[in-house]
Amino acid sequence: MTTLLEVQELNVDLHLPAGTLHAVRGVSFNVQKGETLSLVGESGCGKSMTALAVMDLLPRAATRNAKILKFEGQDLISADENAMATIRGSGMAMIFQEPMTSLDPCYTVGNQLVEAIREHQSMTLKEARERAVFLLEKVGITGSSSRLKQYPHQLSGGLRQRIMIAMGLMCGPSFIIADEPTTALDVTIQAQILALLKSIQKEFNMGLILITHDLGVVARMADRVAVMYCGQIVETGNIREIFENPLHPYTKGLMECIPIPGKTKPGQELGSIPGIVPTPIGDLWGCSFRNRCNLSEPRCADKDMPLTELWPGRAYRCVTAFNKVEPLSGEELVCPKMY
Amino acid sequence: MLIYTLKRLGLAVLVTVSVSFVSFMLIRVSGDPAIALAGEGASQEEIEFVRVQYGFDRPLIVQYIEWAGRALHGDLGESPYLNQPVAGMLKERMGVTMTLGVSALTFAMVLSIPLGVLAAIRPNTWIDRIALAISVMGQAMPSFWFGLIMIIFFGVHLRWLPISGSDTWKHFLMPTVALGYYATPAIMRLVRSGMLEVLASDHIRTARAKGLRWPKILFKHALRNAIIPVVAVAAVQLGFMLGGSIVIESVFALNGLGNLAWVSIARSDLPVVQAIVLMLAIIYVFLTFVSDLINAFLDPRIRNV
Repeated sequence: MTTLLEVQELNVDLHLPAGTLHAVRGVSFNVQKGETLSLVGESGCGKSMTALAVMDLLPRAATRNAKILKFEGQDLISADENAMATIRGSGMAMIFQEPMTSLDPCYTVGNQLVEAIREHQSMTLKEARERAVFLLEKVGITGSSSRLKQYPHQLSGGLRQRIMIAMGLMCGPSFIIADEPTTALDVTIQAQILALLKSIQKEFNMGLILITHDLGVVARMADRVAVMYCGQIVETGNIREIFENPLHPYTKGLMECIPIPGKTKPGQELGSIPGIVPTPIGDLWGCSFRNRCNLSEPRCADKDMPLTELWPGRAYRCVTAFNKVEPLSGEELVCPKMY
Repeated sequence: MLIYTLKRLGLAVLVTVSVSFVSFMLIRVSGDPAIALAGEGASQEEIEFVRVQYGFDRPLIVQYIEWAGRALHGDLGESPYLNQPVAGMLKERMGVTMTLGVSALTFAMVLSIPLGVLAAIRPNTWIDRIALAISVMGQAMPSFWFGLIMIIFFGVHLRWLPISGSDTWKHFLMPTVALGYYATPAIMRLVRSGMLEVLASDHIRTARAKGLRWPKILFKHALRNAIIPVVAVAAVQLGFMLGGSIVIESVFALNGLGNLAWVSIARSDLPVVQAIVLMLAIIYVFLTFVSDLINAFLDPRIRNV
């Protein structure tokens, strides 16, 4: 497998009137061709900021720095706006959370699809339209040539999200970031869109970062999971390890919040994590989760909590990592077939 | 789009008729026209004679219908003071006022839209501050004072420009700047805030995620969305300039509609005042109609309303 995206020690700071908010702190991951990495966490944990930092689409008040930020071997840290614009759309695409507002209300769907490819490739209008029709059919939109003439406000949320996906695919990117692509949609549409994303990813062998707070979505879609909390990755592992044997108290807490068929007994009360996510403004030290953790000890506040790697691809950020030395074998785990 | 246009057109006609009716009534009840016409020191018989001769003794509604019927044929009556047809007087003045209004609005747009866009792309930088300073000055300076300052500087000191009259395009330069500058702050701030809002919106992020270059993002996607409220305001501003340029017209001794309105009100020249009010109403309604059409062209969501 080839590495599409390599991120090491990514930091994003938001410069707010109240102080500097460390939205993303030392995040490292990579994504292979054909692989789905899921970034999971509560609102405000920095998962969207991570994605926007990769695309260099951060809001004005934010700055990013990283040790390594490479896409298909090309360094993105030193890339200027022009070089980034070339990569965006053609190399990596992004699908956003809000299909209702993510399209320009003033132009037809066709216009917006066509401009996505004509920006990057010299192509006649006719060829570009044919490509758009082809992709609209690919994302399951029927009567697509008449759809091209419609405006965003004439379409439902599900249709718009399909169009956003088609738009992302226009130039045949090798990598897609989907930022909560189904959050704004109702449940039946959610399932369709997810299935669509997955089949398209398989067909074009694309790398996919799926950002979500919905563990059900993660279970259906992801190959690997990175759980984020307060701007940091607190646990990574493949999908089976994360669901079957969560190590970090935060991941464990998340798993207790959802019903798992076969495991959760009827009438059993679901868990919840007390407290709220602290705002990472100013100097931070110790474990960010210690105030909400039922296992916290005095030493949790001591120093910066390092990410302890158990074996390649499996790591977590907790003091208990120092106690558990023996690596768990991933092969013995059975993935819960519940979603 | 056709249905929308017809609907708007129907509405425009209705508004014009209502305004003409209300203004006719208001002018008639604001004073007895017979007394004004008969002049100072006229006897009761003379006043009654005038009243009957001009038909002021008939019911108001009859008078209105008669006046409106003739107005539809382009006959706006005669000024009893100048013994001239009102339509001819208006035609003469309209040219000057229109030239001034349109050029002032053009000046205001050419100044304010680029400045507003620049200020929005680089908020809180020196260019934003300069744009703010320009707009605060425009807001704070009375236009007659600005006009006088220009007359003193460009007309009297430098002798570059003529200071009064309306014979050549040079005569219109200073009035255009004075009147147009007054409309600049509102438009500029509207463009700036509109652009800031649009630039922070989701669909601009989508456009960037597609890899579009900045010029295309700015001019195709951002400006079109940001300009929609500006169109409506600009139409109202132009209406205001056409009707309310009395001050500038008197500073630069331009023989425009504003000037005529002011003189006619002072001497209770009812047919003229009546015709000017009707004229301005039609202009306002027409501008609103045009701005509605432009906005419907810019924003497809409006077309379906």
